[in-house]
Amino acid sequence: MVSATPQELKERIEAGIPKSVAEVTGDGHHFNAVVSAPAFAGLNRIAQHRLVYDVFGAEVGDRIHALSIQTLIPSPTPEEAR
Amino acid sequence: MSDQPSNPMRDAIQEAIDENPVILFMKGNPDAPACGFSARTVAILQSIGARFAAVDILPDPRIRQELSAISNWPTIPQLFVGGELIGGCDIISEMYESGELFETLGLKPADAEPEQVVATAGRPAAPLSIENRL
Repeated sequence: MVSATPQELKERIEAGIPKSVAEVTGDGHHFNAVVSAPAFAGLNRIAQHRLVYDVFGAEVGDRIHALSIQTLIPSPTPEEAR
Repeated sequence: MSDQPSNPMRDAIQEAIDENPVILFMKGNPDAPACGFSARTVAILQSIGARFAAVDILPDPRIRQELSAISNWPTIPQLFVGGELIGGCDIISEMYESGELFETLGLKPADAEPEQVVATAGRPAAPLSIENRL
């Protein structure tokens, strides 16, 4: 079992959640992810964090021992706000 | 979350969630948390004078397995209020910092006092050990 890297987690989050931007730090077991995604809008925190956890399924708690999450909703760009 | 014919562990967890207004599933117990995330969550709850029941998930791996199946949440700790999952360490920390946690727990900031954690009634025969220090 290859240990996970922050880069791997970042790429998988960004691939799994449309238009998301993730910053991930970690030591191979404990990770901290700050994720910004338009998909979080209108969801409560539980639902927002679930979107991130769902990217990794059963790996959370196992291969990815711990994953701290902070979710952000990006402010719409002037073009999107129109 | 289908109805299994017989799943005493899942039933016991669901009952504990239903019967305790505020219940924390954690690693270790409030006096001796066995994980930094559980320790931090307990410290926050205690610092605002919240009363909560606590279940140590470590004694039996099925507790965590069934809890996560019920809550659809992979990590520990998990705080339930009024039968609903509020969150783990990250969310509780955020809600504490924003002040929302007081409202969620039905407390006013003025209630915050260094009160010891108190648990609500547990069920002695259940396969879960619920901290009860009322």
